[in-house]
Amino acid sequence: MSDLGNILKKEVRELLTPATIIPVIVMAFVFGGMGHMIGGVIEEAKEKPVIGIIDEDNSILSGIVTGVLNHGAEVVYSPTDGADIPEALEHVEEEGGAALLVIPPDFSENIYENRHGVVRIHWIMKGAGMMDSIPSQVVDALVQVVNQEISRTLVGEDSPVNPDVAVSPITKSETTVFKGREMEGISPGTISGMLSSQSITIPIIMMLIIMMAGGTVITSMGMEKENKTLETLLTLPVKRNSIVIGKIVGSAIVGLVMAAIYMVGFGYYMQSFQSAEINLADFGLALGPQDYLLVGLSLFVTLLAGLSLCMVLGTFAKNYKSAQTLMLPVTFLAVIPMFLIMFKDFDTLPAVLRIILFAIPFSHPMMAIRTLMFDDYLLVLSGIAYVVIFAAIMVAVVAWIFRTDRLLTGGTRTRGISKFLRGFLGRGPFHRRL
Amino acid sequence: MLAVEVKDLVKDFGSIRAVDGASFDVHEGEIFGLIGPNGAGKTTILRIVSTLLQINSGSVKVLGHDVVKEADQVRRLISYLPEDAGAYKNLTGRAYLEFIARFFGGGNEIKKIIERGVEIANLGERIDDRVDTYSKGMTRRLLVGRALMTEPKLAILDEPTSGLDVTNAREIREIIKKSVKRETTVLLSSHNMLEVEFLCERIALINRGGIVEEGNAPELKKRYRADNLEEVFVKVVS
Repeated sequence: MSDLGNILKKEVRELLTPATIIPVIVMAFVFGGMGHMIGGVIEEAKEKPVIGIIDEDNSILSGIVTGVLNHGAEVVYSPTDGADIPEALEHVEEEGGAALLVIPPDFSENIYENRHGVVRIHWIMKGAGMMDSIPSQVVDALVQVVNQEISRTLVGEDSPVNPDVAVSPITKSETTVFKGREMEGISPGTISGMLSSQSITIPIIMMLIIMMAGGTVITSMGMEKENKTLETLLTLPVKRNSIVIGKIVGSAIVGLVMAAIYMVGFGYYMQSFQSAEINLADFGLALGPQDYLLVGLSLFVTLLAGLSLCMVLGTFAKNYKSAQTLMLPVTFLAVIPMFLIMFKDFDTLPAVLRIILFAIPFSHPMMAIRTLMFDDYLLVLSGIAYVVIFAAIMVAVVAWIFRTDRLLTGGTRTRGISKFLRGFLGRGPFHRRL
Repeated sequence: MLAVEVKDLVKDFGSIRAVDGASFDVHEGEIFGLIGPNGAGKTTILRIVSTLLQINSGSVKVLGHDVVKEADQVRRLISYLPEDAGAYKNLTGRAYLEFIARFFGGGNEIKKIIERGVEIANLGERIDDRVDTYSKGMTRRLLVGRALMTEPKLAILDEPTSGLDVTNAREIREIIKKSVKRETTVLLSSHNMLEVEFLCERIALINRGGIVEEGNAPELKKRYRADNLEEVFVKVVS
């Protein structure tokens, strides 16, 4: 074997260990699964939006409106005679529709009398994620097409309407129904845009806190083992619980400080995208003191759960290098909910993704503010209860590990994997040391 | 009372038996050496005595306290110095000693413990420098200072001079000898048989997890008609 080959073989043996391979394999599988599921969501978004139309005008111009909408959307409700709006909305919502468009009786009359024809749109908003507003954006685009078609008709028949109306003959009157709340004069896109601070900023803050604090815990464990200071610490007259709690709380403080520094800059960055034109509180979308208390509680228990999980992972760290590798699963668990929550609401995700999102403890504080704005206390409270149970299990596992040899000797259960890798690469650095 | 009482100790790591029925006693106020080749089980025994590892069978007592059932009481009596141990690199030598001292007392007691640590480490002004600027010998002196400053009833020292040059190794040995005068019993391990002969009043030879011979150096040399402990060991294991 050449010198280069010899060195190459040694490098591969040194670097390709179970600790480095397993997280990457798991990540590849989960990313593949995520891609498949998100791909399904995107395909769903590409489908024609489902709508209902009530034409109370029954004129040539309203016929253009229904014609364009029938072509560009799947119309599931279109009564020939008069209809009750709440009943129609219920029907469209049951069919998974995005909007009910009502063409009032004076629609064409208004246009021919030089007033804009009004199309009343009752939006049925399902979620506040970026991808949740796609159907409403498609319907919005169809309304623009309607506008152009009517304009073309007016110009083509030489109607004596004034140029302003001829160029843009219709306007929208919007009402959005979201989670049982009716908000007049606002579209799903606007609501989604205004909630973007919750959709983007909160998940990013959470992700940063978890990664910073979690990284500190795992690295601290790796460094303690590498420097053999852990052995000394464990023989001192100090309770194991004090060591565990000291590490968790110390790391939480460091993580919070580091995340706060990051967020000062990020906050300025996000401010540049926000508009002050609409205040969500005017639509009843504001948090009360008890809501903030729940958000704080959710954040606290999640941090506790996350750091306990990191402590468990930290016990696998043999040194600083392996500690860095062990951060991968934590990073991954923080990134999955961040992206999912940015794009979709919990309620609008497929069932499998909903289960995954709920099972990842980091999801809950990321979702809490948006969920509480719409008074969905059940999701927040059940999330807190779940995270408390998760944290308790993790703390119990850490406490158990600290009472066993596992912390100093490492496990023996990876021997099967090591044996497999030895067979694959030849005898390498996997043999255990006493 | 015996400082350490090890009876039929067995310790397995998975399918590997690291300690195989070892038994020995350490008397109060003596320096007792466990000697044997690498992988013989010395470190495992010291870690068990230090309450770090669980045992599969047998028993280990430190000054009458069981290391498994009464680990908290044992930790108040002992001080353990692992082989190749380090200190927290971002702390100064003095701050490191203070961190440890705070587990053993309060108020003036802490000051006295730190002063003893500084005296034993004998690092001069460098005691106020960060640990990551220390040489290996200086770090070891700091750690020996840390291990002995609390005047433990039992000091457990794993290869205390391993990797040190002649001068540093000699200084560490002197420090250990002095500590016994302060009523500290010392249980140490080494594969350097000459060092053990110089330091220890009694020794146990360990091989493949079991104690194969025990006694004081002159007695063992006489029994096996050997010039030094190395020869004794070779004769015992062959």
